[in-house]
Amino acid sequence: MSALRILVPVKRVIDYAVKPRVNKAQTGVETAGVKHSMNPFDELSVEESVRIREKKRAPGGVEDICVISAGPTKAADVLRTAMAMGADRGIHVDVKEGEDLEPLSVAKLLKATVDKEKSNLVILGKQSIDDDAAQTGQMLAGLLGWPQATQASQVTFGEGDTIEVTKEVDGGVETVKAKLPMIITTDLRLNEPRYASLPNIMKAKKKPLVKLSLSDLGVANERRLKVLKVTEPPPRQGGGKVEDVDGLISKLKELGAI
Amino acid sequence: MLFPTARRTALRGVGALPRSTSVFSSPFNNPSALRRLLSSLAVLEQREGKLNHGSLSAITAAKKLGGSIHGFVAGSNIKPVAEEAAKVEGVEKIIAVDNAAYDKGLPENYAPLLVENIKKNGYTHIIAGHTAFGKSLLPRVAALLDSQQISDITVIENENTFVRPIYAGNAIATVESSDPIKVITIRGTAFPAAEAQGGSAAVEEGVDPNVQISVEWVSEDLAKSDRPDLATAGKVVSGGRGLKSKEEFDKVMLPLADSLGAAVGASRAAVDSGYADNSLQVGQTGKVVAPQLYMAVGISGAIQHLAGMKDSKVIAAINKDAEAPIFQVADVGLVGDLFDKVPELTEKLKSS
Repeated sequence: MSALRILVPVKRVIDYAVKPRVNKAQTGVETAGVKHSMNPFDELSVEESVRIREKKRAPGGVEDICVISAGPTKAADVLRTAMAMGADRGIHVDVKEGEDLEPLSVAKLLKATVDKEKSNLVILGKQSIDDDAAQTGQMLAGLLGWPQATQASQVTFGEGDTIEVTKEVDGGVETVKAKLPMIITTDLRLNEPRYASLPNIMKAKKKPLVKLSLSDLGVANERRLKVLKVTEPPPRQGGGKVEDVDGLISKLKELGAI
Repeated sequence: MLFPTARRTALRGVGALPRSTSVFSSPFNNPSALRRLLSSLAVLEQREGKLNHGSLSAITAAKKLGGSIHGFVAGSNIKPVAEEAAKVEGVEKIIAVDNAAYDKGLPENYAPLLVENIKKNGYTHIIAGHTAFGKSLLPRVAALLDSQQISDITVIENENTFVRPIYAGNAIATVESSDPIKVITIRGTAFPAAEAQGGSAAVEEGVDPNVQISVEWVSEDLAKSDRPDLATAGKVVSGGRGLKSKEEFDKVMLPLADSLGAAVGASRAAVDSGYADNSLQVGQTGKVVAPQLYMAVGISGAIQHLAGMKDSKVIAAINKDAEAPIFQVADVGLVGDLFDKVPELTEKLKSS
């Protein structure tokens, strides 16, 4: 049985509870002075990795949980959070503010990391809540030629390095089985991420955090998509309220909805 | 314009000759000729020998691009599916691969299969729905083609430029792709499914690399329902945390759905609390719907939820909190206890 060497990519994004505002120049969303946190799906990935170790779910055990993030200096914050949740160490790939990587570049960067760190399981979030692309995990699986299980709601380990994953699909769930190495992307129902306790936050400060550049991993920030503009969606006008059920029915009839 | 002189010359030439003469056309100066260089592959979904008509949205999107349109299907006994797809209006050819290995749409072998067929026919645009199948498959295809996918698009501006919502629909980005092969997933609600009749495409056998894979399909558990499919329903009634329990959710929401002939949806809060199945979740990370009528019951209207339904034609809301954000987007709102109002509404809809 192989011991697990888990790689968990995490992304620093605008906090999910913040309503993003488009900037005046219409080049993007206002990020300065806005609360950021770890992408919610990445919290699920970290939590799952830590639980696999704590509950001794993998027959071969867990040798290493490494978190990685590519982004500006502040991306280190989400790595510390992940380490406070239980990850062993972090890799921060320094990318200048405003020079965000496209998913394909992230996938290439992760492939290089997987090779370097000898990871055999990569757990990613199913999508990041900023660009909503939902691509990176699948792209990485394609580049590595590994099996992939996307939108996982349950992960079970079996004999002979097998992993059975239940995935959320349209209309229900589907279960697939594959052998390590493997890529898993997480869905909401997988688990409930823990809060990092204060002692663990303190301990996380002492855990190793390596800083790398894109060139250290042999990856260029090659942009294939040019953002021409970013605009606010057309606002919806609330149509006011009605007094009772009869009012609701007649208004819906008037609007041609029933 | 890249070739202004050539363009003017050619235009003069065309003007001096009968319209049918096209010898002066070159791909650089004639938009219709340029379009001819475009060729799209619409990846269609099938399940147990039945064509998924929702996936015909990919053909609608391909029509907006212009150029030739091929459809792709794969699975066991694929012939009837291919023949059905061949009747779809606007499709020139259906590429079909008959092999049970592709029945479950596993991306591990389906992606190399698509890549082989894409390379053979030199498509410029690969289009699939942003469904569980498309989301799982297309990024893998894109990586194999070294192309940066464009996900969940809502508008096609031209063959390079696409519009897609980001940040849970709180911003709309227009992006231009420089990749030679554009790999695209489309938002189904933004592109109605193409007519399943009127066409007469040829069916052609595709290449089959038959890649051996280390993943195995084990089982599935799909919710059976007689109600319309959530993603494509004309009416949707959706319940939230206000329903308080699964029993109440079923007791209140299902009769309402049936009285309207609507599909049932739910907010993330209702799904997380176990009131409704995860597959019913409407929102940024669930399904995106745009029905004629969306009725939100006991849903406060968090931005993640609004991302999944704010393009609905008419939004109605029933909530006891008059300050709930849902009322800011609702065309018609009723403040009150849903446990009184919804049964009353159901009764009155039934009797009318």
